[in-house]
Amino acid sequence: MKRIYLDHASTTPLRPEVLEAMLPFLKEQHGNPSSIYGEGREARKALDRARDRIATILGASPREIIFTSGGSEADNLAIKGAAFALKDRGNHIITSAIEHHAVYNTCRYLEKHGFRITVLPVDSYGLVDPAAVAAALTPETILVSIMHANNEIGTIQPIAEISKILKERKILFHTDAVQTVGHIPVNVQELGVDLLSLSAHKFYGPKGVGALYVRRGVRLDPLIHGGAQEHNRRAGTENVAGIVGMAEALVLAALEMDKEIERQRELRDRLISGIMERIPHTRLNGHPEERLPGNVNVCFEFIEGESLLLNLDMQGIAASSGSACTSGSLEPSHVLLALGLPHEIAHGSLRMTLGRGTSAADIDTVLEVLPGIVDRLRQMSPLYDADAFCKTH
Amino acid sequence: MYSEKVMDHFTNPRNVGEIPDADGVGVEGNAVCGDIMKLWIKVEDGRIVDARFKTFGCGAAIATSSMITELVKGKTIEEAMQISNTAVAEALDGLPPVKMHCSNLAADALRKAIDDYLAKQKGAEENNG
Repeated sequence: MKRIYLDHASTTPLRPEVLEAMLPFLKEQHGNPSSIYGEGREARKALDRARDRIATILGASPREIIFTSGGSEADNLAIKGAAFALKDRGNHIITSAIEHHAVYNTCRYLEKHGFRITVLPVDSYGLVDPAAVAAALTPETILVSIMHANNEIGTIQPIAEISKILKERKILFHTDAVQTVGHIPVNVQELGVDLLSLSAHKFYGPKGVGALYVRRGVRLDPLIHGGAQEHNRRAGTENVAGIVGMAEALVLAALEMDKEIERQRELRDRLISGIMERIPHTRLNGHPEERLPGNVNVCFEFIEGESLLLNLDMQGIAASSGSACTSGSLEPSHVLLALGLPHEIAHGSLRMTLGRGTSAADIDTVLEVLPGIVDRLRQMSPLYDADAFCKTH
Repeated sequence: MYSEKVMDHFTNPRNVGEIPDADGVGVEGNAVCGDIMKLWIKVEDGRIVDARFKTFGCGAAIATSSMITELVKGKTIEEAMQISNTAVAEALDGLPPVKMHCSNLAADALRKAIDDYLAKQKGAEENNG
């Protein structure tokens, strides 16, 4: 059976061109970039070129890019690094209720170390209100961290608007752009942020590598102490093959971005409207327009997400859910709860994230099999009374 | 993650539905946690002759519901009361540890259905007496 992979927000397959670019550094080109002899110089050259390419695409200068082991490390370095470096100036940090756990739990950790965290609510579409950011600022505020686009519901935040407010007050602004880099235009000057996290495997690069953009002049305490790599901000021999692969993947993504945005948006909207037409008692989660081109997130009332995913998997479709059973905890997704959804509805969520390999035929297949699966589970559900609904709706 | 038996009962659940003239009905779990089981039993001469269920929940919740309807059929009320959540999980060749607590409620739903049956019996006896 042909598999249909609709979980690109979770991870993406490595592009063959990216693997090709990486291979020499996994094989014959084994040098350490910090060594002064030929092999080391070759590795250094590759690293510098990758840094230049990534900086150019982001609108940054090469010295402002710090390579990390991925998005989670970049988020940790940005938040803990800035908090500890600025602790003499204040102890207040502002974030939102729908951040990725890499941001959310890092803030929770800082709370135990004497920092005060304000978690801003979002509206029913998942949007943070820039006025609420302004209202939450205190003389003690040292950092604001609000994600560029949400990984579950795809809502894109008004980052440029928020950064204008923060610039006036000279408060550091971090954004987790793990879901946007390589998918929609991300330019650190236009966004006006001081810190920005990204992760290679979200845009068809390798796993285990990411980067943090750090605006010139921003002070950060390192998380990893050791050698002088990354201008003393992140010790450890660089993941040369991974970094080269990340740069290649980002360049390739930039080249096809306009075309892919348009193509995926069309497929996304077709999938959303197809679901809404075919399946009653369904709601769209996230913003209808301010939304990642590949993100579809819906809740089906009266059923639970894990049993939905198992049924889809049996039909060859890979997707994800915000139900408690799939989050590995007893609570459904904190993002869906932050939108104001009741628990029982949040349990019935389904996220399908499209990618460059997703075709119109894939969308048609999903629209063929999904209504039957939902109906079968509803027939089994004690919460669903089809006859009663026929009478009242 | 799930055993073959769990997947079998999840894919082809036995005895889904309601018993309109059931002798006992039990509900366990709640929608907030994401698992609700409703179980109907039919009793003749002190034996459970039919059991059906409807479940809102994950794969484990559906499989345990299906399994318990198989386990109780033909059992006396006394025998059925001995069935534990652990026994249901064992009959399915085990459940992942995280599922043992939240999604393994079938025996509790059965107990409530039996309690409902016994209460109705008692009520009938009192009315007759």
